Amino acid sequence: MNRIIKKEFFSEKVAKIVIEAPEIAKSRKAGHFVIIRVDEKGERIPLTIAGADIEKGTIDLVVQDVGVSSAKLTRLNEGDFILDVVGPLGKATHIEKVGTILAAGGGVGIAPLLPIVEAYKKAGNRVITVLAARTKDLVILEDQMRKHSDEVIVMTDDGSSGNKGLVTKGMEDVIKREKVDEAVTIGPAVMMKFAALTTKKHNIPTVASLNTIMVDGTGMCGACRVTVGGETKFVCVDGPEFDAGKIDFDEMLYRLSAYKSQEEDAYKKYLEQVTT
Amino acid sequence: MDNILAYLKEERSEEWRAELRKTQKVKERTSKVRVEMNEEEANIRNTNNIEVNSGLTEEQAVLEAQRCIDCPTPTCVSGCPVGIHIPNFIKKIEIKDFLGAATVLKDTNTLPAVCGRVCPQEKQCEAQCFYTLKMDQPPVAIGHLERFAADYEQNSGKMSVPEVATENNIKVASIGAGPAGLAWAADMAKFGYDVTVYEALHEIGGVLKYGIPEFRLPNSVVDIEIDSMKKMGVKFITNFIVGKTASFDDLRELGFKAFFVGSGAGLPRFMNIPGENFIGIFSSNEYLTRINLMNAANDDFDTPVLSGKNVAVIGGGNTAMDSVRTAKRLGAKNARIIYRRSLKEMPARVEEVKHAQEEGIEFLNLNNPLEYYADENGRVNRMKVQKMELGAPDDSGRRRPIPIEGSEYYLDVDTVVVSVGVSPNPLIPASLKELKVTRWGTIVVNEDNMQSSIPDIFAGGDIVRGGATVILAMGDGRKAASGMHEYIQEKVIN
Repeated sequence: MNRIIKKEFFSEKVAKIVIEAPEIAKSRKAGHFVIIRVDEKGERIPLTIAGADIEKGTIDLVVQDVGVSSAKLTRLNEGDFILDVVGPLGKATHIEKVGTILAAGGGVGIAPLLPIVEAYKKAGNRVITVLAARTKDLVILEDQMRKHSDEVIVMTDDGSSGNKGLVTKGMEDVIKREKVDEAVTIGPAVMMKFAALTTKKHNIPTVASLNTIMVDGTGMCGACRVTVGGETKFVCVDGPEFDAGKIDFDEMLYRLSAYKSQEEDAYKKYLEQVTT
Repeated sequence: MDNILAYLKEERSEEWRAELRKTQKVKERTSKVRVEMNEEEANIRNTNNIEVNSGLTEEQAVLEAQRCIDCPTPTCVSGCPVGIHIPNFIKKIEIKDFLGAATVLKDTNTLPAVCGRVCPQEKQCEAQCFYTLKMDQPPVAIGHLERFAADYEQNSGKMSVPEVATENNIKVASIGAGPAGLAWAADMAKFGYDVTVYEALHEIGGVLKYGIPEFRLPNSVVDIEIDSMKKMGVKFITNFIVGKTASFDDLRELGFKAFFVGSGAGLPRFMNIPGENFIGIFSSNEYLTRINLMNAANDDFDTPVLSGKNVAVIGGGNTAMDSVRTAKRLGAKNARIIYRRSLKEMPARVEEVKHAQEEGIEFLNLNNPLEYYADENGRVNRMKVQKMELGAPDDSGRRRPIPIEGSEYYLDVDTVVVSVGVSPNPLIPASLKELKVTRWGTIVVNEDNMQSSIPDIFAGGDIVRGGATVILAMGDGRKAASGMHEYIQEKVIN
């Protein structure tokens, strides 16, 4: 269990890891996530399931090396084991045929968006996908997205791939052009905030999949709490997807920064350790 | 109960017991003073994680055991939720058969070293002791003696493994490895079942591991007792959430004939007052989980925790005491309890309150938080508190706290731990639509055998009671085991 079957790098810092987890592969649906702990001293971190193969009994995780845990994880090799993997957690994405779906993904958020796009397409929707990243190398899974989308628009901050500009520009262009029935967005909190503002302007129902700090992931602690429509919700059990127009993104943004200095110090210490 | 009393009577009539009673006159026994448990020095222990209570010595234990007059009808037993054969083990201690005492404990209690430490004996066995009931004197220190015998066995390297019946190859499973699930599993193993315990977290023990701190219950003590269950043949599977990782139907297909749900009341309550989501405001579950389960206070471990100089813990239960004493140990200058009623109404154990006071915890009783404020980074830095007074008793019989208008004041805080109770974890009820639950989300069971509205599913502990105690959960586990055994013998086998 939890053996790494395959690892490939999309870019210098972003890796796809395929893990042996037959039970999770069988029961997971689009939108679900897992909590993992890399080793005995590790912390518990949430990662969305980006794909699964029931026959092979594997799940796919996409990880960006941004801190101690993701650094440890991306440094594991094929054949290594992850100590703890638990899931699938959260509520699955509510998928039905609604018409035209605008899916907006940013950075590593593109990975968890993939199974959702796949499921929407399978349910008979027209799916237009906007992928956004800082630069060309960070646009991941473009080919797979094309396979499951009617159209893919790539946006980069520096124009190195697709169109130059932010995700919101790509979204606006689609909304101006044709009727969008629903939208879904996954990415950095600040990107989701602006994606949500864009669709709100046009009264398009939108869900965002939130990536808050978590500990247990089973509703036990409230580390992941967010305010949605004025009420406190736990992302791990009530979410991770919520009505994007009702999420207090500013509160979420400062909560995400709660351990920023501790995280930076620990990361630096870790990198020094592994290079010496 | 009648069965237990008949058994105890028989044991009491054994020759050695009769002889032992004659060695001292009752008057001599009752004139002895209850021994005090040895403790670590308050000003030293509040800077480390060493267990506060250091246990009884052999001499102290024997002396205390001599106080027990070996009543013909031992009322103490009726106060114990798992029905420990109390005089049997105490008399073994008196004759210095300490290992024998531990074996008696394990007939009925899977986790004696745990229960001896965390049970509120003053409300249970010791409340029904002859000394309490008839003599208005301090009861026999049953809890201390239980702990002594269990610790003696753990340290002896000669742990006895309870006898189990011949395997019947019938598979049963517990959902949850907390006190209820463990008590259930031990009894089912004794009956001869093929027992699997599924646990969502990466560690076995539930609240014993993530909740109760090291200074009250060392994890090593829990692990030794769990090891002895493994020797009884109980299988533990961590990182597995029944209802998510696999459904009940999946497990039925694998051959499981009945289930015990002991998934606890893990869902923390917040007060829903302004500012409660600022950085530095935790549920007690999160705060204690980071520190106890994830080792956040140790730099070698990856999980971080925020702990400051001015810590306010909201609430008056044992979890609040655990949180505030933990904060003190992490270096808080001002570690305060803020509780809306008076000291007298506090649900925490008297001993925990006393320990907290000795360690320099400040108690702001009859105070209630109204709002939190934060700095420009969103970190809590101040709170508004209102003073309260006590009015007439409410439904629970406790006097209702009433706000005093105009008494609001501000307190500097950098960390707040909200410990105002828990709700049942919704994961299991949500995965079983046909399961009957109350409007509070607790599972409805037949109280005689703990069977739920689904015949092959039994339940107990906090998922049935809401937030309660370790020992009540264990009592439910035992009751569910005998209920399930009967159900399987009648309905499944025939």
